[in-house]
Amino acid sequence: MDMNSTKYLISMALISIGLVTTSCGKQEAETTEAKPDAAAAAAPVAAGDEEKVLNIYNWSDYLAEDTIPNFEKETGIKVRYDVFDSNEILHAKLMAKNTGYDIVVPSSNWAKLQIDGGLLQKLDKSKLTNYGNLDPDILAQMANLDPGNEYMVDWLWSYTTVGINVDKVKTALGDMPMPENAWDLVFDPKYTSKLKSRGITFLDAPSEVFPIALRYVGKAPHSNNADDYKVAYEMLAKVRPDIKKFSSGGQIDDLAGGNVCVALGWAGDFNLARNRSIENKSPQNIEALITSMGGYMFMDTMVIPADAKHVDNAHKFINYILRPEVHAGLTNAVTYANPNKAATQFVDEEVRNNKTIFLPAEDVKKLIPPGNVDNATRRVMTRYFTQFKTGA
Amino acid sequence: MAQSKNAFLNFFSGRKLIIGVPYVWFILLAAIPLLIVLKISLSTMETASVSNMIDWSRGWPSLTLNFSSYQFIASDALYVKTYLSSIKYALITTIICLAIGYPFAYFMARAPKHIQPTLLMLIMLPFWTSFLLRIYAWKTLLVNNGIINNALMSLGVISEPISMMNTPFSLIIGMVYSYLPFMILPLYANLSKLDVRYLEAAADLGTSPLKTFWLVTVPLSKAGIIAGSMLVFIPSIGEYVIPELLGGPNTLMIGRVLWDEFFSNNDWPMASAVAIVMILLILVPMALLNKSQSDQAEIKP
Repeated sequence: MDMNSTKYLISMALISIGLVTTSCGKQEAETTEAKPDAAAAAAPVAAGDEEKVLNIYNWSDYLAEDTIPNFEKETGIKVRYDVFDSNEILHAKLMAKNTGYDIVVPSSNWAKLQIDGGLLQKLDKSKLTNYGNLDPDILAQMANLDPGNEYMVDWLWSYTTVGINVDKVKTALGDMPMPENAWDLVFDPKYTSKLKSRGITFLDAPSEVFPIALRYVGKAPHSNNADDYKVAYEMLAKVRPDIKKFSSGGQIDDLAGGNVCVALGWAGDFNLARNRSIENKSPQNIEALITSMGGYMFMDTMVIPADAKHVDNAHKFINYILRPEVHAGLTNAVTYANPNKAATQFVDEEVRNNKTIFLPAEDVKKLIPPGNVDNATRRVMTRYFTQFKTGA
Repeated sequence: MAQSKNAFLNFFSGRKLIIGVPYVWFILLAAIPLLIVLKISLSTMETASVSNMIDWSRGWPSLTLNFSSYQFIASDALYVKTYLSSIKYALITTIICLAIGYPFAYFMARAPKHIQPTLLMLIMLPFWTSFLLRIYAWKTLLVNNGIINNALMSLGVISEPISMMNTPFSLIIGMVYSYLPFMILPLYANLSKLDVRYLEAAADLGTSPLKTFWLVTVPLSKAGIIAGSMLVFIPSIGEYVIPELLGGPNTLMIGRVLWDEFFSNNDWPMASAVAIVMILLILVPMALLNKSQSDQAEIKP
């Protein structure tokens, strides 16, 4: 066998790799990327008016079944709806520009970065006739990051906390009583070593885990001091051997399927997991815990990218969501709290009385408010998170 | 003289144009994107964009190259560790693929001629299903309450589920499974062209079948082995999807670190630098291998 055929084989091989990798890339693009252009091409354009298209990019599992169909029926606007599961991904897309989206739903602290980077545009509040339904307390809270509430309208809000499968945790702990501060369940080796066999899972994002870990070790949650992160890391490293999984989009299924018994995650997801396990006919007693230390509040906000093409439709949609019955519909479907005062009467009684969804005022005060750190600190944070996860 | 004149005349002929197409393809889709990545790796990050390398503010272009990302890669042991770990997983995958793929390809090549196309078809068959779906299928097989554990438990072989998911084991299984066809196909192409008369000659001269295999078949299929191994090794190093879905949180792979740089740190220059270093890591050994082979070819007439 001579060397020419080696080269021939290698080049054939490389070509086929090229084909395979490009086709993989394409598949992913087809499943995860939006194809706003296709939607745009399909919809008729009324003369002198904006074309009847709206492209939305929102979190997964974050919508009632009838939200979009009702809007489409009413306005004749064709909605293209895509989902993501981390702020990081959305942020990178916005930075690359030309997303094709008209409404995106980042958490408010990320939206702040996007405002500073000039990636978003101001709302035209004259088009938002239902704006008055919003809870003034929530608006005041959001004004910390968005002075004058010029850019963001809250979609839903919740907080990062500890979620447990009550029965499994009780069995695993045996005669040990539940800790006074529920965060001990995920941060104290005394508890994690017992819960380990039933599975512990953490959110897979440094920006979600560190603010809480920092407060747990007595530091400022949004500290810009690298030494504080070291202290938090050392605390986390002790429980690392007991953590089974890091995942942000998969916690609902993991809890509902009984694969894990304790999670550091989003309160709304824990309620959703409970409902899903009931739907799947293998009910699990899953509960979001209200901790004495407080969790990390997050507000996912509707914003309009600076280069959005269907700004008018975007306002129509935001205004539609702000209708009491629509906003209540979201809360009923996904068990996240809404910021809409007028919507409360339309929320199902069971959801309305669930204190882990609509936190009592004194517990809201305990939550870490949304915030950011500077770029250098972010790098430190990610580095410690990698070290925490991999030990490297 | 006449030749060069002909070449000149041929310059605008259809032949040149056809040869030119792959070059244009290569420049547009490989060289230019790579240069853009290189450029970003030599910039710095601003709030929501990458700094401009060429500054026109003084009326003339002034070029700023920023090597801090590369310095950082050299200063933090994480990157070296991750590159080594990626190479380790890629090597293990390649060796297992070769061990399974070689006998596979050998028997395919020796199978009766009329069933060979069917066998080839069977190798290709998995590609008809989406790559992501096939990886997810492994998840349902390997999880604690998955098919394998449930079957073993109901048979009484084990009492506690074996945790296979999110371990190096599940990662290697996923990579071997995905890349095995890329090992088999070039080996098959090579082995099916093997001249059986060599083997007959060896047998006539009294060599045992096993010895014939090591002394005749393996050396003759060297090209196929190299091609197959490259095809498995190179994409395995940079693999992101399989480690993400099947690997554990402590499996260090460069694809994941790249993701962190890009998304968690929002540091595009750093992510680009990590990618460039990875390309160099793959390209340099390949170029050396290529060179040593062409040197050998020149020595042997």
